[in-house]
Amino acid sequence: MIQPGLVKLPETALPTEVAAPVVQSPQAPSAIRAFLHKRSAGRYADGAFGGLMLVCALSIFAIVLLIVYVLVANSRLSIHAFGWKFFKDSTWDPVSGDFGALPFIFGTVVSSLLAVVIAVPLSLCVAIFLLEICPKPLRGPIAFLTELLAAIPSVVYGLWAVFVLVPIMRDQLGPVLEKFFGWTGLFSEPNFGVGMLSASVILAIMIFPVISSISRDVMKAVPIHQREAALALGATRWEMLRMSVLRNSRLGIVGAVILGLGRALGETMAVTMVIGNHPDISKNLFAPGYTLASVIANEFSEATGDLYLSALIEIGLALFIVTIIVNAIARLLVWAVTRGDTQRAH
Amino acid sequence: MFSRVQQTKMQRLNELRRTSVNHLVTVLAIFSTILVLVPLVAILGYLIYKGASSLNLAFFTHVPAPVGEAGGGMANAIAGSGVILGIASFIGVPVGIAAGVYLAEYGRGRMLGNLVRFTADVLNGVPSIVMGIAIYALIVAKQQHFSGFAGGVALAIMMIPTITRTTEEMLATVPHAVREAALGLGIPKWRTVISVSLRTASPGIITGCMLAFARVAGETAPLLFTAFGNQFWSFNLNQPIAALPLQIYVYAISPYDEWHRLAWAGALVLIVMIMAAVTLVRIFANRGALKGGH
Repeated sequence: MIQPGLVKLPETALPTEVAAPVVQSPQAPSAIRAFLHKRSAGRYADGAFGGLMLVCALSIFAIVLLIVYVLVANSRLSIHAFGWKFFKDSTWDPVSGDFGALPFIFGTVVSSLLAVVIAVPLSLCVAIFLLEICPKPLRGPIAFLTELLAAIPSVVYGLWAVFVLVPIMRDQLGPVLEKFFGWTGLFSEPNFGVGMLSASVILAIMIFPVISSISRDVMKAVPIHQREAALALGATRWEMLRMSVLRNSRLGIVGAVILGLGRALGETMAVTMVIGNHPDISKNLFAPGYTLASVIANEFSEATGDLYLSALIEIGLALFIVTIIVNAIARLLVWAVTRGDTQRAH
Repeated sequence: MFSRVQQTKMQRLNELRRTSVNHLVTVLAIFSTILVLVPLVAILGYLIYKGASSLNLAFFTHVPAPVGEAGGGMANAIAGSGVILGIASFIGVPVGIAAGVYLAEYGRGRMLGNLVRFTADVLNGVPSIVMGIAIYALIVAKQQHFSGFAGGVALAIMMIPTITRTTEEMLATVPHAVREAALGLGIPKWRTVISVSLRTASPGIITGCMLAFARVAGETAPLLFTAFGNQFWSFNLNQPIAALPLQIYVYAISPYDEWHRLAWAGALVLIVMIMAAVTLVRIFANRGALKGGH
């Protein structure tokens, strides 16, 4: 597929370069000298092209530095005013100018962790199903459908959650949970449908394709000999999965889970639409909450006063730092697994 | 010591336990796949049902009607999204591809290359709302007004890391012998990169660009404080401009049934546009690859 095009290209490229000087400038001392001139011109072009590519690559670097600088510079007011107290204080009072981000940190952490807890077992089961159990003709369509979930924009998930998920949570699932698990204090009235649990469910649906597809790739990377060895020793399919597939790919699966967590931490629109947007710290999962991302989305454009704006930007800075750390850990884990595989292959 | 009969009995029990655990896990896996497919089918089905029943010609030709008035559409939002995405692609695609070329052809194994690769991954993980406030502070606060241009820049920055990484991966699949053949024929390196490496990898690169495009096409958070939205026709890049995802958000959280109807219609149009773009270019890119090969 590749070769013919490659042979053809040099043919078209070379004659024009060599022939052009001979035809166009007959007065030139010699065709060879003209050709050499052209070559040195080509060297400038080479340098310029490489430089241009370098500038574009460095621009990525510059963008990240610029984002960090802008966030730090614009949140300086709030950093000076509150210091570390900003992350320990739970009052959020724009009128009197007293800002603490604890309720938002609580909301972000709880909704994301709950989403991960819901999504991980399901994603792993689906990954195992698609790899080992699913009949071949079904495999393509189901994989395609799960990938499709990843292409749906956040705002559309939010729209669906507002009109479908919230009523279900309020009228069907909520009462059942309250009846059976009400004694834990996690599910108690009043239940309006909007709240921490709804946000976690929609987040779980959104991060499911990420976790599922990456852990499938990681499981696929386990050498086939490992599976065959386990099966040859008389292991059942589950024993084979547990002993050779899951054990060998556990680091990568953890990486996939953390990547999903990173996605959940920064998710804005869908969460903002269903979490209720009230800065409460409550054990009750039916109660409304607020996340770092949704407080920015809701209050940024109507923030009056420099301190208010700067507090919101500091929240953005915190979110930025946390997601970078989480993502870096996840990348390292996935990278460690794939690297380990190539070493094992040799 | 156990008798022989007892031993076989224990063996049987053990086998029974093992096979039943195996069956249990199989059933569990099938059950959870069904459980996951239910919301997926529900979302798509409900979206098509609600969207199709609310969609009409006015949606594509009219601007939003004032509160309380029936009718109206999102023509300005569709056009505005087109403008913003146009700016984003105009900036994001060349820069992203060039950075990918640097990583694959120049920076391989170098310290600087690894640094840029890592930064691209970092940029990829930045939450879109953070991108929104960064661009707000950089452009909107300086200019003192919201603008379509700022929205385009925010989306462009979100496109760059995805395009860079896919371009690099696709260029890495081009065999080295091919580049050496071109260089050996005396073709300068820049020409080799453009006409040999990039051309061979073009179907994959185009697909990568389309995926980045599809990803930012539905982004709302970075546009909240940059493009801001607009109820009227506007193509002025220095003014607030309407965008489809923004309009869906505003209408979805509004208390009016008529606006909810428009939000569903908008969501359907957005999804269809994203899917159509991705599918079309996939088909086009595949055909292009075949043509390039023969």
